[in-house]
Amino acid sequence: MKMTCVVNGKRIEADVEARLTLADFLRHELGLSGTHVGCEHGVCGACTVTLNGSAVRSCLMLAVQADGAEVRTVEGLSDGAALSPLQAAFRKHHALQCGFCTPGMLMTAHALLEVEPDAEEARIREVMSGNLCRCTGYVDIIEAILEARAAYGSARSGGAN
Amino acid sequence: MTRKPTYIGKPVERLEDLRFLTGRGQYVDDLRRSGLLHAAILRSSDAHGHIRAIDTAAALAIPGVHAVFTAADLEPQVPRIPVRMEGNPALARFVQPVIAQGKVRYVGEPIALVVASSPAVAEDAVGAIQVDIEALPVVSELEDSRAGGVLLFDEQGTNQAITLTGSRGDVEQAMKSADYVRKERFRVQRVAAMPMETRGILAEWDAASARLKVSGAMKVPFATRGYLARLMDLPEDAIEIVECDVGGGFGVRGEFYPEDFLIPFAARRLNRPVKWIEDRREHLLATNHARAIECELEIGCARDGTIVALRGHGLSDSGAYVRPNAVTAPRNVAQMVAGPYRIPNVRMDVTMTLTNRTPTASYRGPGRFETDFFRERLIDIAAKDLGIDRVELRRRNLLTDKDMPYPLPTVLPYGTSGETDSGDYRVTLDRCLAEFGWAEKTKLRGKLVDGLYHGFGIGCYIEGGATGPRENARLVLETDGTISVYVGSSAIGQGLETICAQIAADALGVPMERIRGVHHGSTSVIREGLGSWASRATVMGGSAIIDAVGKLKQAIRDRAAEQFGCLPAEVDLSADLKTVSAEGRMRTVAELSATGIAAEGTFYNSKRTYSYGTHIAHVTIDAGTGDLRVVEYVSAEDVGRIINPGTLHSQVLGAIVQGLGSATLEQLVYDDEGQLLTGSLAGYLMPAATDFPNIRAITLEMYPSPTNPLGAKGAGEGGIIPVGGVIANAVASALSSLDVQPFELPLTPPRVWRMIQNARERAERKRDRQAASLAARG
Repeated sequence: MKMTCVVNGKRIEADVEARLTLADFLRHELGLSGTHVGCEHGVCGACTVTLNGSAVRSCLMLAVQADGAEVRTVEGLSDGAALSPLQAAFRKHHALQCGFCTPGMLMTAHALLEVEPDAEEARIREVMSGNLCRCTGYVDIIEAILEARAAYGSARSGGAN
Repeated sequence: MTRKPTYIGKPVERLEDLRFLTGRGQYVDDLRRSGLLHAAILRSSDAHGHIRAIDTAAALAIPGVHAVFTAADLEPQVPRIPVRMEGNPALARFVQPVIAQGKVRYVGEPIALVVASSPAVAEDAVGAIQVDIEALPVVSELEDSRAGGVLLFDEQGTNQAITLTGSRGDVEQAMKSADYVRKERFRVQRVAAMPMETRGILAEWDAASARLKVSGAMKVPFATRGYLARLMDLPEDAIEIVECDVGGGFGVRGEFYPEDFLIPFAARRLNRPVKWIEDRREHLLATNHARAIECELEIGCARDGTIVALRGHGLSDSGAYVRPNAVTAPRNVAQMVAGPYRIPNVRMDVTMTLTNRTPTASYRGPGRFETDFFRERLIDIAAKDLGIDRVELRRRNLLTDKDMPYPLPTVLPYGTSGETDSGDYRVTLDRCLAEFGWAEKTKLRGKLVDGLYHGFGIGCYIEGGATGPRENARLVLETDGTISVYVGSSAIGQGLETICAQIAADALGVPMERIRGVHHGSTSVIREGLGSWASRATVMGGSAIIDAVGKLKQAIRDRAAEQFGCLPAEVDLSADLKTVSAEGRMRTVAELSATGIAAEGTFYNSKRTYSYGTHIAHVTIDAGTGDLRVVEYVSAEDVGRIINPGTLHSQVLGAIVQGLGSATLEQLVYDDEGQLLTGSLAGYLMPAATDFPNIRAITLEMYPSPTNPLGAKGAGEGGIIPVGGVIANAVASALSSLDVQPFELPLTPPRVWRMIQNARERAERKRDRQAASLAARG
């Protein structure tokens, strides 16, 4: 099936099998292997990307459902030269170990802070509870997201982004 | 190292994170090859049965299917996977064939391997294979297994693989003379390590040179290579094992599973690269399970609370086969039952028992989590019986610096022995009590406030680490003055590259920026590496790096001496390793060699390190629903010396939360037919971000280990070890008014609610009896 979408700002035209998931499309057709597949049934959240700004599980969507949509993956989170404030906060707080869940964590947190840059800890925990991490116990992840709020808040008030 | 360290002890940001945070990590499924084929595995849906027929015709007819392999392709001698470290003829009877031959023994056992042009086509073909299995009665409980009415291996005449015995002192005599004895039965459920990345393998065969290259998550690459060479009848040097980024280890990674043979076998047979990526349902069925042990434990004490003896017998559920690393957990139960305490007389027998379930082996803190639960529960019960404060009873029996080194029980038939290295185990107890504010907070103990019972649990532990016998490192001073580090430790997500770069930079006296890279885990980067298990990577790999640093400096001096025509001792090497000089002449190190200067180092270690600690939990229990909440959790641990507090702290917190999962949420549930009922992450509950928000970990550097130049102790597992006992003790404390004593994990709401109901019914019956007897007398 033919489809068109924008991935990390780049227009993509593709002809895909109807049963191809969005996760497999990103990973294997576009070579964006930063999006990870941890469970293929929508529980672990490792495959989270944003679709028109909302966090979605790319293992639970078909690629063709992204037709006409704007998709962002972890590869599109920073400009490539430097870490984004959210990524830098993860590094500073040791909010990752094996790194497998990290892309999903980043995309979920990014989607949250874009809309709610003042989210309180309880709200952050609630939203992040859809992403499983087996390494960190979440404490440092929440710390990192709390710190990254400032960057989203200022970006918003400054009218950027 | 005499110089004051610049990096060791600092929360240096991780080198690995730059690629992980930007999506540039390279996990096995991220590897691409031209001409790549994809494998999928047909697994048994019966727990026990004879395979009567396998019809692969329909599968082979699907376009894109290249091959279907079954046991028939490997006969007459289907390779069997040997036990890794503790091989034994008794265990060899029950090891697993790489593919089911004649019989299936657990749901998930590989029956056929399909190789096709895409993963989807391979999975389609798996669905098209017809298998006729004649079902046999299923051994689903340990008691049934022991009774032996149904045997997994008819020809062996038993379902019991081996009994391991840990002992020290004279337990019989000590129990006889004890003022107080009490015996209880305990059970720890079957759980799984559940790393976020499933397993995967990419195998490439080069027919021209008869060489095999295997990429995938393998924490013990040299051991894996040895197995593979033996099973595939290849020389070891014809096989290269390449490490990728690894999505979490926790004990299940790198063991030699059937797929570790099957995928390379298929690649060789088809002369094409073949990749297999486990899906989550497969992972739940096929990757090692863990814990799964029942135990009877008896404690003997003097009237003053001195523990004089521990005696017990455990039945551990090995599942359907004895896997390569199956012995570690039961062995540790046998050896570590006394944990951090001065208990002179111990005897613990553990029998490894087969059932028609997925095989079990190591999971973080193997055997230690289980045995800590048994012992710490029993200590609380003894304290109550003896009328001694449970903290005081622990303090009285914890090992002190005067006891060091203290011998561990010897485990037969292996003769495994050992001794603790350093520490005063009361230090972390007192620190944890102080940090938590025990004296003040425990005034709430057993109180019912707004429908919630408050309880407090405490538990102590030791963690073994730095397992020998050796580890290797190689340093190369490159021509541009940077240093490449090669180490036999492997990465499983713990930040190994950062840790090794910190240690190398400090030992060399150079800025970390001059460490060009840390290479690890592949058989091509170093002559021999023992890998990452048993909390050994940092201490062993790091100490090998320190040895290599000394040898590299010597190699530089030797080279300069040759060129200057002087003695090596006369060469002065500048502190920044940039120049050498002798007799007024000077050269840059880069000038000494056109290819760089290399040196290898090895660290030998026959003694393990023992970090130790105490954990405390405050829980509430909803009297109406049995819902258990962890209000606060505090740990205090002495690891001797901290290399990177950032990575360590993150690992300790992660381990505690894994332990809280085991204590309150996680369980692999089977029905009587041997079917796994918790076959997805929707059924197998792992901790999420909302479950345990209030955890604090305190790490101390009080007693460096005398066993290695870093003074460090293995520390990646400690956080999980006491959690089951601590939480169960907290539940007993909360429900003390009902005299509830948990003997079994996990403490899920239904189990806690049932314990409350039973206690209330017990109390009611007692009241009725008293009323009746009063009435009779009246």
